[in-house]
Amino acid sequence: MFIYLVARRVAPALLLVVLAASNAFAQFDFVGSWGPIGTEDVQNDSVPVDYLGLALTEEARARALSYSESQKSMLERQCFGWGAAYLVLGPFGLRVSAENDPVTKQVQSFTIGAWEDWSEMVIWMDDRPRPSEHALHTQAGFTLGHWEGGALVARTTHVKAGFIRKTGVPLTDQATIDWRFYRHGDLLTVLMVATDPVYLVEPEIISKSFRQSRTPLDYRQECVPVFEGREPGDGLPHYLPDKNPFVDEFIKLYHLPAEAVLGYRETLYPEYRKKIKDTYVPPPPCTQSCGQAGNFVLRP
Amino acid sequence: MTIRLAAAAAALVFTLTPLPGSIVAHAQQRGGGAAARSARDAAPIDLTGYWVAYVTENWRYRMVTPAKGEYRRIPSSAAAVPLINTWDPVADERAGNQCKSYGAGAIMSVPGRLHITWQDANTLQIDTDAGTQTRLLRFTTSPSASAPPTWQGESTATWERATGPDGGGSLRVVTSNLRAGYLRKNGVPYSDRTTVTENFDLATLPDGGKLLLVTTIVEDPVYLTGPYVVSPHFKKEADGSKWEPTPCSSTW
Repeated sequence: MFIYLVARRVAPALLLVVLAASNAFAQFDFVGSWGPIGTEDVQNDSVPVDYLGLALTEEARARALSYSESQKSMLERQCFGWGAAYLVLGPFGLRVSAENDPVTKQVQSFTIGAWEDWSEMVIWMDDRPRPSEHALHTQAGFTLGHWEGGALVARTTHVKAGFIRKTGVPLTDQATIDWRFYRHGDLLTVLMVATDPVYLVEPEIISKSFRQSRTPLDYRQECVPVFEGREPGDGLPHYLPDKNPFVDEFIKLYHLPAEAVLGYRETLYPEYRKKIKDTYVPPPPCTQSCGQAGNFVLRP
Repeated sequence: MTIRLAAAAAALVFTLTPLPGSIVAHAQQRGGGAAARSARDAAPIDLTGYWVAYVTENWRYRMVTPAKGEYRRIPSSAAAVPLINTWDPVADERAGNQCKSYGAGAIMSVPGRLHITWQDANTLQIDTDAGTQTRLLRFTTSPSASAPPTWQGESTATWERATGPDGGGSLRVVTSNLRAGYLRKNGVPYSDRTTVTENFDLATLPDGGKLLLVTTIVEDPVYLTGPYVVSPHFKKEADGSKWEPTPCSSTW
């Protein structure tokens, strides 16, 4: 009788688990909190004109040079937020949750929780069709994911025109962002490959690692615009591209080549290092903000 | 019949339920008739070929020599600071230590090209043109305590095979027995007690090209207060036409 009950009640449940497990192949446990590891530099010192590590088109460079940080002081722009790419460019950790299909119990979507200035990202895992190209474009965009070779692979489309760096480097709404999430033990490495037919000569590739956090992370915070000196209706702060007063700041601070700071493609490859070997003069010894905590230089 | 069904189901659950983490560490001698397979034959991913560094991160710390005394984003210990502030590249060169920034703790971040080949069925070889270094990633032997430390140390490699039906996986490499070296060109040190753990992963780029991602964790009880994690990446090249070996230099 006991065996009969086991067979009748437990076996079907086990079979369901088996079926779920077989569909769960190649998954890793993505859900939870992942704290940032700040040992890699993807945005340098956040000086106004810093396009290091980017391969920009002339149009992108002109637009970036016309950008003024004061735009973020405008009431209507303070809560505009940053686009999907800020996932790896920003300083925050990840808080990942999953939604399961109520019938199949399969993961239907992962959600990476929002920050104050970054919209949450939903990674749909159910093979739903991508929206029409005319559908609404948002800061987060639309992201479809699947498992591949032990990694979570995803592609974001339908992004709103915005920026790929906080220094005003633009990204169009035609951009696509490919993601790979790799897990090795308690380390999660996120690879981002951003492609833009208008503003990027070559993809922007950034990888950033996070460590599993036992403490739940939560960066949600309401964005409340406050008066920062710009009245509604004031003009949009900007520079003419050839009149940006900060164009030399980063160059002089670290003796960097102008073409590197301005995001020319050739500067991303080893040949460039050989090219500047005889002209590069190292900056004077560091005297302030030299250590680990000094990630942001003190501007004069 | 029902008993057998329940038992089979339970067995299947045990067999099919993935272990935590996406990939399970597999030595090349994974069971099921594969005991005699070499690491080369058992490779879940193909890392061989020519790869070029694509420097989109840490540009200022990799493509040029940063200012003396600067160690931003590196968790250097108090013991490291005097060394950082007294770095003397000319003295290093004179002492024959011009390869200190090309050791295993830093070599994958040095802008250059990699040539990855199989030296034999169980040893993966990575040559770098920058600094003309050779790393041997051994799948079969463990580091010997008696060998003198070297710039590239001794590396033990294992495949981590993805549990999914589509194959794939990752290469994990642990390196120790290192000569003391620099994490950056400007003399931020790591000691001879350092361990470097790396995961080599592949990705396909939108244009169909291949990308190699090397997540690197440097741990040093002497000169670091915590792990130093970087993830340099490389694009695959069709051939070695741009391969250009250059010697180590501490002044550039």
